[in-house]
Parts: sequence; structure tokens; C-alpha cells
Amino acid sequence: MSKVKSFTDLKNLKSEYHKKQIFGTPAESLVQIKVGMATCGIASGAKEIKKFLIEECEHQAIDAEIKQTGCLGYCYAEPMVEVQLPDSEPVVFGYVDKKRAKSIIENYIIQGEEIEGEIPISFKTIND
Amino acid sequence: MTDTKKQIRIALRNCGLIDPEQIEDYIAQDGYFALGKCLTEYTQDQTIAEIKESGLRGRGGGGFPTGLKWEITKNVEADQKFVVCNADEGDPGAFMDRSILEGDPHSVLEAMAICGYCIGADKGLIYIRAEYPLAIERLKIAIKQAREFGLLGNDILGTGFNFDIELRYGAGAFVCGEETALIHSMEGLRGEPTFKPPFPSVSGYMGKPTNVNNVETFASVPVIINKGAGWFNKIGTEKSKGTKVFALAGKINNVGLVEVPMGTTLREVVYDIGGGIVNGKEFKSVQTGGPSGGCLTKDFLDTPIDYDNLVAAGSMMGSGGMIVMDEDDCMVSIAKFYLEFTLEESCGKCTPCRIGNKRLHEILEKITEGNGTEEDIDRLKVLSNVIKDTSLCGLGQSSPNPVLSTIANFEDEYLAHVKDGKCPAGQCKSLLRYDIIEDLCTGCTLCFRNCPVGAITGERRAPHFIDQSLCIKCGVCFEKCKFDAITLT
Ligand SMILES: Cc1cc2nc3c(=O)[nH]c(=O)nc-3n(C[C@H](O)[C@H](O)[C@H](O)COP(=O)(O)O)c2cc1C
Ligand code: SF4
Ligand code: SF4
Repeated sequence: MSKVKSFTDLKNLKSEYHKKQIFGTPAESLVQIKVGMATCGIASGAKEIKKFLIEECEHQAIDAEIKQTGCLGYCYAEPMVEVQLPDSEPVVFGYVDKKRAKSIIENYIIQGEEIEGEIPISFKTIND
Repeated sequence: MTDTKKQIRIALRNCGLIDPEQIEDYIAQDGYFALGKCLTEYTQDQTIAEIKESGLRGRGGGGFPTGLKWEITKNVEADQKFVVCNADEGDPGAFMDRSILEGDPHSVLEAMAICGYCIGADKGLIYIRAEYPLAIERLKIAIKQAREFGLLGNDILGTGFNFDIELRYGAGAFVCGEETALIHSMEGLRGEPTFKPPFPSVSGYMGKPTNVNNVETFASVPVIINKGAGWFNKIGTEKSKGTKVFALAGKINNVGLVEVPMGTTLREVVYDIGGGIVNGKEFKSVQTGGPSGGCLTKDFLDTPIDYDNLVAAGSMMGSGGMIVMDEDDCMVSIAKFYLEFTLEESCGKCTPCRIGNKRLHEILEKITEGNGTEEDIDRLKVLSNVIKDTSLCGLGQSSPNPVLSTIANFEDEYLAHVKDGKCPAGQCKSLLRYDIIEDLCTGCTLCFRNCPVGAITGERRAPHFIDQSLCIKCGVCFEKCKFDAITLT
């Protein structure tokens, strides 16, 4: 990476990343999955869940971007997994063990069914 | 589920949203824009004025106005100055700072650079406890990436401003969170506090002007610059602006981190956000401010939470630990628990803190063992005030707060211990008494066979008896008896 030389360059970089990272508006067919991986999440087994999700998505040929994030604050429900389907609002699942992770993929992502373990997330962001 | 839109995430805005190990993610969320704006559009004084106008106060406990601290540090003439981030986070039960560093490390780096610009420093240090390996790892990655992008280092964004950040590790002593002790620890000296003044802003690290702020304080700064002081200071109460992150723990259903506007009530935090008390039990108290704070009663449930209201209620904001207690918690034992922590963590430099707290602890022990008197309660109060008035640093000065606030708010519980020999919450084992009701006892011998210390005597099919001098109050007989013949009082 070459250095960012001015504030204008930084602004351009932001537009580029913002498009690539499609925050809030998932692109066409991509499923976005985030796994909470702060100390609380990792202590509850988030690393294994992330690995499992990567393997399963590959296995089922799901076009997914799976990434780690920090803590949403709902430590009591770790591990937490957020899934955003194309053209939908993100949904957060708590207490995700392998069984629930499988169900997230097979029932929620593939079949589009509602499944257990959804954690209602409601807080205002700085942009609300 | 109740309405939880009561939270606003400012310091935690990116936690759970972005990958903390990708600077691209941070930049996509306007990362380093606040720094760019300050360097290209604001003078140092304009930036400081913005922070002052926002009303931001230190989130590390004391609540000192952040803009004013920056201004004081700026106005001291020196050839070198430092920006220090206090990531020692020693309160038992607190993990706000860790979460911010693990979830959004760049926000702290960016704010430190802004602070450096304002006060005229080109070097920042983060003092972090070595027990936070993941936070350290992510900070290292973040610093490396920021350097690669030229957002730390020389000539940042082509403006000629230089700023770089290094990590310093603490061994996890609570007293090292106190800013003078922290600075001594970074200098390789013993982590002991020294008298203020001089404040670090005037003479800090290596004797140079040093601006110390807490992690959460820094994390709020970029938002203030990006959204404007006028946006930030509309949130909160008259004297406490913005939001505060609390670590909810104890007998609460939704253990975790919450970020609420200043002025939110305890009731909203405990019931609407926290989901109420575990097993539907009755709320008794909430402890804020950790070992320096106090216990609030249900009378404070509807008091808006801000710096000044908490102090008026005999507690303090502290760094944001919030431990919820129910009817089963004994307040005398709680006070004892915090004193035990203080005793462990006192650096021992001054007598009131080292010896005084030990005496306080002895008296509390006496009370929980059933040997206390009413005079002991008075003694606790007098000694507490002496320790508060004569200790050198904030640790000693605030260490009797848990004792004083539990006496003030739960005096009846202290009296029950010393006058009636009872622990209302049933926690103080020495004050429990197990008895066998003659009329109900069938003489089945089950209790006799299970008592681990042979305190029970009696013939088969005849009433049994408990020898109180031998009983260790383990409760086994009470659990085993099939005829409810054993009482607990
Ligand atoms: C015993 C003791 C422990 C402290 N521990 C911390 C701590 O862990 N983190 C922190 O930010 N401030 C802590 N402080 C407060 C610091 O001395 C200092 O006021 C603070 O870091 C300033 O930053 P702020 O103005 O942003 O809050 C502690 C103070 C005392 C007396
Ligand atoms: S008050 Fe306690 S912790 Fe502070 S300097 Fe004195 S002995 Fe050390
Ligand atoms: S409480 Fe325990 S020690 Fe006491 S009499 Fe019962 S079984 Fe024995």
C-alpha cells in the first residue's frame, strides 16, 4: 500500500472501500456473515464456528463473505453470528453452536426460513 | 423483549460492525476523516474549542472535561510532549475498554493523533495490561496498517504533521491505572502514585507535559469532530454529555456491554436493556464505580445516571462497571469483597490506605462472623472518613466508599447482623442456625448419616438434635431431610 498523500486521497479511498464492502446494501448474490470475535466470543467458541461456517458455505457452494468483527455487547448470547442476505436487513443469531450454525446455513440462508435463536438488536447508530 | 432503542452506540459505533484487523473497513466508515478534517480545516485551537463545546468528560472515572485538559497541556511550553492512552482497566468486572480495543482499535489511534495535533505532541503511548493479549495483537496490527497507509508517521496526509504510537505493557496492578502511577510504571520505576500537582499535563512522562485520557474518551473524539460538537452535546444531561458504556454483570439476565445516553435511568438499564433480574428475583442494589464506588438502592432506580447524580448518591461513575444484586446478596459481604480487592491492590506507600483498610476489613469480618457490635458500625464510619481524608492517591481516598455507601443505604442490614445476629440475605454462614423440629423428626437417621462433622445425635426412630457448637452450617441435613423437620433461621 502506498501512503495516502492527502485528505482528498483519503476520501477517494473511502468511496472505493465503501463500494467494495457494500455496507448496509449487500450486492447482488453475496451473503455477508459476521462472527463476533472479541475475547467474549472467542472464549465461547467463535473460532470454531467461523471455521465451520467457511467449510459449510464452501461445501454448499454459497457465495458468502465471512468475516470477524468485535463485540456487539450481547455477551450473554455468544457466540453471535450476523447474517445479511442480499437485499435484506441483517439478522443476528445468538448462542450459535455447530447445530445452529448448520441450521443458519441450511434453513435460513438456503431455504429462507425463520429459525430459532434470533437476537433482537436495537440500538441507534451515529447515523440515525 | 422490551424496547432497546434506548442505546446509542458512539464509542462502540464500529464494534461488531467492522473487521478490526482491516484498516479498509475502518476507512469505509469515515475512518481517519476526523483527523483529516482537523489537520486541513481546523487550527489546534479550533479543534480544542470543538471538544470543549461538545462537553466530553473523561470516561476513565474522574470525569474531567477533556477539552480543558487538552488546552492546559497545549499551553505548557516544552520541547517535547506526549499523548498517553490509559488502557489499564483494572476495575473488577469492567471490560469496556478491552471491547473497544478489540473491536475498533483505529478509533483510538485516530483520536490520539488528533490530540497530538492539538497539544503539539508527535508521540503517543498506549499503556495496556499484558492480560489483554487479543487487544494488544489487534492494536499492533492497527498501528502497522496505519503506518503503511501513512496515517501514522511523518507528514500525515501531506500536512507536515508527524505522529507515531507505541505500546507499553502493564502487569495488571489496579493502582497503575492511576495516571501518576501509570507514568512512573512506563518510566521503568515502581508503579506508585505521587502527589498532584504537578499534574501530568504539566509534568508527566519523562518530566514532559503529558495528556492522559482513557480509551473510551478517545473513542468518542472522532465522532465529535465528524458530526460536530452541537450534535454530541444534544445527547445527555446538562453537565454530562454524550453516552457512557457500561459493563452489565451480576444477577442480570443480559450480561454484556451497553452504551446509553447520559441521563438514562438505572431502571431503563436494568429492566429495559438488561432484561431484568435473573429468575425474576427482587432487585436490591446496583454497584457502580467498582472498588471506588458505592451501592445504590432501588430508590435510585429512577435517577438519571450522570457523573454528578452518582456522586450525590454516594457512588461514582467510575469506568463503567455495573454489578446488579438481588435479594440474596448480603451488603456487608459485598463491602467486604471490595475491601479485599483494595487490600490486594494497595501499593502500600501510605499508612491510612495500607493499615486503615486492613482494620476496616477486620471489623467487617467480625460483623459477618456474628461478633460485631453497634459500636463497630460507628468505628467503620470514623475510620473510613480518616482514610478518605489522609490517603495519597485516589485508590486510598475512594477505598472506603463501598463501606460508607452500604452503611448509608443498608444500615438495617448491618444492624440485623450486630443486634439480632442475623444475615437477612442468608449469606453469612456463621449467622445461620439449623434446628431439628422434634415433632416432625421421625428419627430416620438420614441427617445423622450425612452430617460431615458428626454434629447430629439421636437414636433411631427418636428425635435427633444438632450440636450448634459443632455444626459448620453446610446445609446438608436441611437438604436431605425428607420430612421438612429441619429449619433454617
Ligand atoms: C486507583 C485508580 C485507578 C484508575 N484506573 C484507571 C483505569 O484503569 N483506566 C483509566 O482510564 N483511568 C483510571 N484511573 C483514572 C486516571 O487516573 C485518569 O484520571 C484517567 O486515565 C484520565 O483519563 P480521562 O480523563 O479520559 O478519564 C484510575 C484512577 C485511580 C485513582
Ligand atoms: S492511597 Fe493506597 S494505593 Fe494510593 S499511594 Fe497510598 S498506599 Fe498507595
Ligand atoms: S448443617 Fe451440616 S454440619 Fe450442621 S448439622 Fe446439618 S449436616 Fe451437620
